[in-house]
Amino acid sequence: MATLDDLKKRIASVKSTQKITKAMKMVAAAKLRRAQENAERGRPYSEKMNNIILNLSNGIPDKENAPKLLSGTGEEKIYLCIVLTSDRGLCGGFNTNIIKKAKAYFEKIFIEGKKLKIITVGSKGYDQLKRIYKKNIIEKISFKDSKTISYLDAEKVGKIIIENFEKKEFDVCTIFYNKFKNVITQIPQEQQIIPLKNSETEKNSFDDNYEFEPEQDEILSNLLPKNISTQIFKGMLENSASEQGSRMSAMDSATRNAGDMVDKLTIEYNRSRQAAITKELIEIISGAESL
Amino acid sequence: MSEEFKVEIINPEKSFLSKEDVTEVVIPSFEGEMGLLKDHISIISFLKPGIIKIFSKAEEKNYYVEDGIAEFKNNNLSILTSSIFNIKDMDKNKIEEIIKKTDNMLSGEKLTDQEKYLADQKIETLKLLN
Repeated sequence: MATLDDLKKRIASVKSTQKITKAMKMVAAAKLRRAQENAERGRPYSEKMNNIILNLSNGIPDKENAPKLLSGTGEEKIYLCIVLTSDRGLCGGFNTNIIKKAKAYFEKIFIEGKKLKIITVGSKGYDQLKRIYKKNIIEKISFKDSKTISYLDAEKVGKIIIENFEKKEFDVCTIFYNKFKNVITQIPQEQQIIPLKNSETEKNSFDDNYEFEPEQDEILSNLLPKNISTQIFKGMLENSASEQGSRMSAMDSATRNAGDMVDKLTIEYNRSRQAAITKELIEIISGAESL
Repeated sequence: MSEEFKVEIINPEKSFLSKEDVTEVVIPSFEGEMGLLKDHISIISFLKPGIIKIFSKAEEKNYYVEDGIAEFKNNNLSILTSSIFNIKDMDKNKIEEIIKKTDNMLSGEKLTDQEKYLADQKIETLKLLN
């Protein structure tokens, strides 16, 4: 049985851990609000962008000459997956959920006998994926140094993707990120960005008579690369809100668990203290009796 | 009859500007400057580096943009851009800095004709401001 001293030390250490997790929860809560605001403010841009592209692509008369970023290369041999994760740990199942989703997708690709390439954004994703998929990872990107998510960062990722696409390094590109629903729920998402899929927005595709300047396909070929950066940016914003939300709830339950543990240890401590006192009393009494 | 329409400028981080009482907007569209009034036909165009002028009855506002796309529909003008600055906030140092950067880009890397054209436009606009 642990001695009184040991118990005391353990209680103290659990208490200090609790302090840390509590502080982390507070910080995450504050950051969450900011991240959530950012995510909401970023939404109009990506929505508008989507709408315009939809209007443009509907207006294109022959789909065969459409830009490759829209229609694809015509093959589906090499898959590129962009896995967006966080740079910091201690955020519950946040990274694991994305990785799990991504891994399921990877396995599907392997079973179909196709080639896989991976770009990881965020160091945690790379750490988890390098064990199995090291040879598939062609690039790892991390924005550890930038405090807030800026569009420039997303643009960098977008450029890498487009460069690779132009070199015909891949045919299909999918991004993985966590969509922020609320503090407790984040939904891992897979979203195909090349070729572009318009499954959700298809219903409001009424034909508008737009005038275009310059020609439609020229606008489109300028706009599509931007759309990729925009989609990545959207993923990053959603991700950061999710990360903070996930960290907040993880730290909340850690704080609660630490509290439970302190209670349990305190009871044990008091019991053994009492036992020691009783033992000493018995010793004194029996010593007095024997006199 | 009012001749005002709504303009919205959105950049990736946030909605940059939203104004309901605009009478005319001049945008630096790719093939030249374009003035938009109320009841303009629906149009989509993309922007080259230049100056967006927004006129309302009370005031005139000028913004410098580097790229973007503009959509006009049902008397709603939305401009999506990733780089926009209020001209009031731009001082000489900043302008010089951008000009220098662009100059370096022009002399250093191999550019396509279109990129060259855009960079030239950028320098021209900035020099006018200076």
